[in-house]
Amino acid sequence: MESGIALQLAQTLLAVLAAPLLMGWVNACRAWLSNRSAPSLLMPYRQLRRLFHKDVVLANQASPLFRLAPYAIFACMVLAAGIVPTLMNDLPFSPAADAIALVGLFAMARMFQTLAAMDVGTAFGTLGARREMFVAFLAEPALLMVFFTASLIARSTALPTIVDVFAHQRFAIYPSLAFAAVAFWMVSTAENARIPVDNPTTHLELTMIHEAMILEYSGRHLALIEWAVALKLFTYSALGIALFLPWGIAPVGDWTGLPLALAALTLKLAMGGFTLAVLETLNAKMRLFRVPEFLGTAFLLAVLGMLVHFLLEV
Amino acid sequence: MTLPLPLQLTNLLAAILLLIAFALLSQRRIIGLITLFAWQGLALALSTTLVALHTKQPHLLASAGLTLVLKVGLLPWIFFRLVRRLDIERDVEPIINIPTTMLIGIVLVIFAFNLAQPISALAGTVTRSNLGIAMAVVLLSFLMMISRRQAIAQVIGFLAMENGLFFAATSATYGMPLVVELGIALDVLVGVFVLVIFFFQIRETFESLDLRHLERLKEH
Repeated sequence: MESGIALQLAQTLLAVLAAPLLMGWVNACRAWLSNRSAPSLLMPYRQLRRLFHKDVVLANQASPLFRLAPYAIFACMVLAAGIVPTLMNDLPFSPAADAIALVGLFAMARMFQTLAAMDVGTAFGTLGARREMFVAFLAEPALLMVFFTASLIARSTALPTIVDVFAHQRFAIYPSLAFAAVAFWMVSTAENARIPVDNPTTHLELTMIHEAMILEYSGRHLALIEWAVALKLFTYSALGIALFLPWGIAPVGDWTGLPLALAALTLKLAMGGFTLAVLETLNAKMRLFRVPEFLGTAFLLAVLGMLVHFLLEV
Repeated sequence: MTLPLPLQLTNLLAAILLLIAFALLSQRRIIGLITLFAWQGLALALSTTLVALHTKQPHLLASAGLTLVLKVGLLPWIFFRLVRRLDIERDVEPIINIPTTMLIGIVLVIFAFNLAQPISALAGTVTRSNLGIAMAVVLLSFLMMISRRQAIAQVIGFLAMENGLFFAATSATYGMPLVVELGIALDVLVGVFVLVIFFFQIRETFESLDLRHLERLKEH
């Protein structure tokens, strides 16, 4: 049990430390694909260090919530990263929350983010918060439906059980999982503020959603939020891997499987990041009023996955 | 899940067929509609071939080949030429907006699945669970015919409906006798030719393929 807790802490720490690297990899891939010279993979770390060394500038009207929010968001993301099985399955934290509670955890981080954005009372913060809630309210049902589809196949909403069932059964084609995977991809672009829903590098008032919410932040607060964004991308990628490509995740206590699990995780994350960069380069950001259609399609795919499961796979 | 691999693949293709039916519903451009229709035909031909190989029914191979020639090759080619000749590559305006259409589509799928459940319980074939999907494809194509004003979009909806019926026949009874299928294929082909002539007539008279114009009489 004690070694389990140590492993749990190690896995969470790995997620926290590796998250900016994944961000750097995605940015580097995007630069390569658009024929720019790529920034160093370690660029996000340097940015974080720079921000941590800067002083915090606070608005006069900022309430304690404004200062609390970055820590709360970061804590939520660390907790989420601890729950999702990345290297080892069924670690001590995993039973603490199932897939549905995980969605709630993301929602809590988002609530802090939007409240803090509205706290200072600038027009941009409110605009960003409203857009964020608009996107989130469309994305969440689709995300839940994706989890339900996976849970129906595994007959459990607990992530360790789902991973265990998918990783250790005979090879079978699940049409419903294919639908769910596409839907999950669409939802995670929306939730992580990536193209085509939101542009992570924009500073154009017409298009920004996430950036508009964090304009008032500076110094270590901004650093924590940026880190939490990277961590969220990492957690979503790990979640996608756990649900749809779980091969290689070692069962708890299996020391020999650990290097293999680490290699598999690195490979899968690198491929996922590259795919994300390709899709972001190929697509343009869509108008905000086309987002309901995009996320409606994600919801449709997830529901179709569930229906097809009932028809073909029971 | 102890189905043999060909049948699992058939199930996957059935799911793709359903997905393409939804894609047809959401597609705004006529060129996209034709391409999707060709893909649907391809999925249908592949799944028919798989069923034929798995159940050793040689006549199904013939109908798969017929589908391939007619619905993946000939008909899309005719439509592409038609679109270029009539110069109607622009967007089509659906009557109901697209997200609403999709939601109606989900309801239709649930309805079709429920409807098919007792029927597929009676059928004795290995692919009987696909019957619900086939019915869903038929209903979705019907919805597409209702919700579009453009004549070509309606004809593609009609042909997609035929695809659904064909899939239903394959999954419920391993296909109709070959004579019947040949007859249907010929009918579809002749039907499309007649409709193409109609398209030209409609455009000659109204200078548009929008069927709203047919609602009022026009005298020359």
